Amino acid sequence: MDELLSEFLTETTESLSALDVELVRLEQNPNDQGLLSNIFRLVHTIKGTCGFLGLPRLEAVAHASENVLGKVRDGELEVTPTAITLVLESLDCIKSLLATLEATEAEPEGDDADLIARLNLLAEGNAVPDAAPEAEPDLDDALPLGSDVIGTRPGEVPLDELDRIFQETEVDSDDTAAPEAAPAPVAEPVQAQTPAQTPAPAPSKAVAVAAEAGVPAEDGPRESAVAAQTIRVNVDLLENLMTMVSELVLTRNQLLQIARREKDSEFTVPLQRLSQVTSELQEGVMKTRMQPIGNAWSKLPRIVRDLAQELSKKIDLVMLGADTELDRQVLELIKDPLTHMVRNSADHGIETPDARSAIGKAENGRITLNAYHEGGHILIEISDDGRGLDSAKIKTKAITNGLVSELEAEALTEQQIQQFIFRAGFSTAAVVTSVSGRGVGMDVVRTNIEKIGGTIELQSKLGRGSKFIIKIPLTLAIVSALIVEACGERFAIPQLSVIELVRASADSEHRIEEVQGTPVLRLRNRLMPLVSLERLLNLERREGDERSGKETFIVVAQVGTYTFGILVDRVFDTEEIVVKPVAPILRHIAMFSGNTILGDGSVIMILDPNGIAQATGEIAVTDAAGAEEAADHRAIGVSTVSLLLFRGGGDPTPKAVPLSLVARLEEIDLAAVEYSEGHPLVQYRGQLMPLIPMDENLKLKREGRQPVLVFTDNSRSMGLIVDEIVDIVEDRINVEVRPESAALMGSAVIAGKATEVIDAGYYLTKAFGDWFDHSSDESLAVNRGRRVLVVDDSAFFRNLLTPLLSVAGYEVTAVEGGEQALALCERGDSFDAIISDIEMPGMNGFQLAEAVRAGTRWADVPIVALSSHTTSDDLERGRLVGFTDYVAKLDREALLETLAQTVGA
Amino acid sequence: MSKSTLPATTKNRLPVTAEARQFVSITIGKQSFGIPVLLVHDVLGPQRITRIPLAPKEVAGSLNLRGRIVTAIQVRRRLGLDALPADAETMSVVVEHQGELYSLIVDGVGEVLTLNDHDFESHPPTMSTRVREVSNGIYRLKDALLVVLDVPSLLDFVRVEAA
Repeated sequence: MDELLSEFLTETTESLSALDVELVRLEQNPNDQGLLSNIFRLVHTIKGTCGFLGLPRLEAVAHASENVLGKVRDGELEVTPTAITLVLESLDCIKSLLATLEATEAEPEGDDADLIARLNLLAEGNAVPDAAPEAEPDLDDALPLGSDVIGTRPGEVPLDELDRIFQETEVDSDDTAAPEAAPAPVAEPVQAQTPAQTPAPAPSKAVAVAAEAGVPAEDGPRESAVAAQTIRVNVDLLENLMTMVSELVLTRNQLLQIARREKDSEFTVPLQRLSQVTSELQEGVMKTRMQPIGNAWSKLPRIVRDLAQELSKKIDLVMLGADTELDRQVLELIKDPLTHMVRNSADHGIETPDARSAIGKAENGRITLNAYHEGGHILIEISDDGRGLDSAKIKTKAITNGLVSELEAEALTEQQIQQFIFRAGFSTAAVVTSVSGRGVGMDVVRTNIEKIGGTIELQSKLGRGSKFIIKIPLTLAIVSALIVEACGERFAIPQLSVIELVRASADSEHRIEEVQGTPVLRLRNRLMPLVSLERLLNLERREGDERSGKETFIVVAQVGTYTFGILVDRVFDTEEIVVKPVAPILRHIAMFSGNTILGDGSVIMILDPNGIAQATGEIAVTDAAGAEEAADHRAIGVSTVSLLLFRGGGDPTPKAVPLSLVARLEEIDLAAVEYSEGHPLVQYRGQLMPLIPMDENLKLKREGRQPVLVFTDNSRSMGLIVDEIVDIVEDRINVEVRPESAALMGSAVIAGKATEVIDAGYYLTKAFGDWFDHSSDESLAVNRGRRVLVVDDSAFFRNLLTPLLSVAGYEVTAVEGGEQALALCERGDSFDAIISDIEMPGMNGFQLAEAVRAGTRWADVPIVALSSHTTSDDLERGRLVGFTDYVAKLDREALLETLAQTVGA
Repeated sequence: MSKSTLPATTKNRLPVTAEARQFVSITIGKQSFGIPVLLVHDVLGPQRITRIPLAPKEVAGSLNLRGRIVTAIQVRRRLGLDALPADAETMSVVVEHQGELYSLIVDGVGEVLTLNDHDFESHPPTMSTRVREVSNGIYRLKDALLVVLDVPSLLDFVRVEAA
């Protein structure tokens, strides 16, 4: 291709992009004179260049556009959306003409009479009719129509005349007079051009270019100064430079390493200089590759504007951090995903102005782009204040598309449900528009971002808006990193995250202390949590490499506001390294943000302080959780209880059972159920487990899956078949309605709903007749506020009895053996009654009773014995040791009655 | 089991028609495997490998190959076989998959074989599941069977492990 033509194409394309942005800005700031002159100048330049190169069709369109803009600049025409749209349309026309020009090196046949006519109408100040149906005015009858309109204006030469004249001047050489003379009869439009316009034909190319440069200089001297300072360079050339500089850096590093070993050699000084120069060279070349992200955003204002018009919405686009720089390769790859997401926001996110005002939002929706650097990554946020993601709809769609079953979907959190939008072919748009909704977008977006080693996160609130956060590593970047060693293996930590280095040993002022098993360092009077690299990465320490007594180093790192220390064995120095992304199969390891090749050729992993911080956070949390659990254990029997809510027996009323009774929640395959004597069983963990349906008359289905609550005591398990597991809540069991059915303990208000609290014991006895020795009637004793101590080694039994007694109105404390009971006695606790098992390891019930009766504070407290042995000998012995009463284990009716009597007494 | 460089360049190559394909033969234990020649970048001798903490157990580590970081995969482990004693000599075949380089550590590397399609068969039922997972089929050689390795399946073990 002709060099001049190729340059023209590049320059004009650039100008057109700039014009897109400027025109949208003009629409929002109609009175900005600077904008106006700039826009006019750009279009004027395009027109001029087209004239020089003999591109009449292009020139005609540009000319008509320039007309309109000239009027606007002179204040004779107002900036209206219609005007802007029309001018933008003319730019689009020019773009398409350029495309053909690039492909065929010639303008396409035909003309744009319709467009030009409308532009001229606009310039006149007349109302502009809508565009003629055919976008391309290629039909023959378009021309006469156009010429009619034009011909009616005084002094105007018809378009084809102009056309012909320009075609002729192209062939002439150095005849500037001819074109001047011919259009002279054409009055105003031509005169509106700046007088300096001298169409110099092709031969004087250099002059033409210089004159071109001269024309803009008329309007703004500063422009040409800027233009002269930039230069176009082929991208491949830059790539080569970059690769070579990277190699140079690595070789320099190798040399430095060698030089370090030979302390005083004549190489040292020149090598220092070389190193300096290399660093500067590297920095410089890096800069050539870095481009501001604003370049990727340049098309967006126009796109948003057009979309807003098309969809009759009002959308503001705010772009923050447009000058954040990133590698141009990365820029290329995220351009399309960004555009796609902005279109999505505009199409699906932002509501119509009416809908917005109806719910109290401002009529103008806002899409915000925010880009910034953080810790070796670029973060780009795309947020809108539109309607947000509708998790319910997404869930439904996911189930419909077969991506997940209904039951599985119930178990997902809102966050997890929102992730479905990243699946291929997924779209909850009811209507597929030309803009989006076809469901081919977000999965491609995510793939593209992950291809460059980035991640994409989503936050959304229904009704408030959505925010996508893209995090891209600054790969191909050469960063400074601190090289450390632990257990003989070396790692790199980005210098950016390192705040300071501390040396700790037995005799230094900094010592590593332990708080609850976690190592911490007291640094300037603050305790800082420490994490050992050895432990974190499961490193193996070689024999003979013991560190105790030797010094350790702590790398103090900061992530956000969280400061922590990393324990390492040795610290080397800071090196410049080229970050390379880890292989895909290792990408899930949060501790590493990449790997690199050191000067000596070895490969080492680069640690990610973010990942490490998260790991230390977890360590802290588990400690706290452990403490809580212990506290819980002591506090059994106090007010609220964890309850499992479920539905069963085909009954829509929710049911509840104390969670502590439930050993496991399982889902069984009904096809695996076997029958013995008509009773359903299933093989569970090597044993036969009877299955009890909640409703006896309900026949079990033969296939499918059903949830089952497994109750276990010692080695026996029973599965209670339920319909659906609803939730787990913390609430009091405040039974308000007496049960009619033997299967229930009563009805209570749990989590705001009337819930039937089942009696697990009833079902257990259905499974194993001898689980408890008893039938299911119970009476509710009303002895409120009386304190009862339950002593039994079986956790299951304690958990069973405690709610039972609580329901009956007692305040229950449960312990697992005689020793603990006596400890409570020592502590000063007092109870109105003690219920104790007999068979217990350690101190059995009889011994406990003896001990208690032997002169403790509880000597007079009624003690009730519970046992499965109820022979007369037992009873006799019981009475001897001082039991007030003796009840068969879990003869609850008897127990409650006894309690009522003894406590009441 | 030669340790020489890849002899592919010295052999006169048959054009790859629909009937014949070329494979680099490798051995693991007593079994021969074949990797399609077009996937093979390099054949290496023993290398210095940096261990990668927390990596899946099939990943032996990473190594530096002319400035590119290559992830080394212990193929024996991937196939569920016992590892060789630490001092045993191994060879590596470097393959490219989805833009990344992987070094497959094997017991030894043989020659480039040109095999006919009509000698290709699907797996015998006696083959272990693990091997079947990573293979497309086998070729009947004169006095042995060559298992064709499907490199993408071989490298797809993160998902297998997670399952």
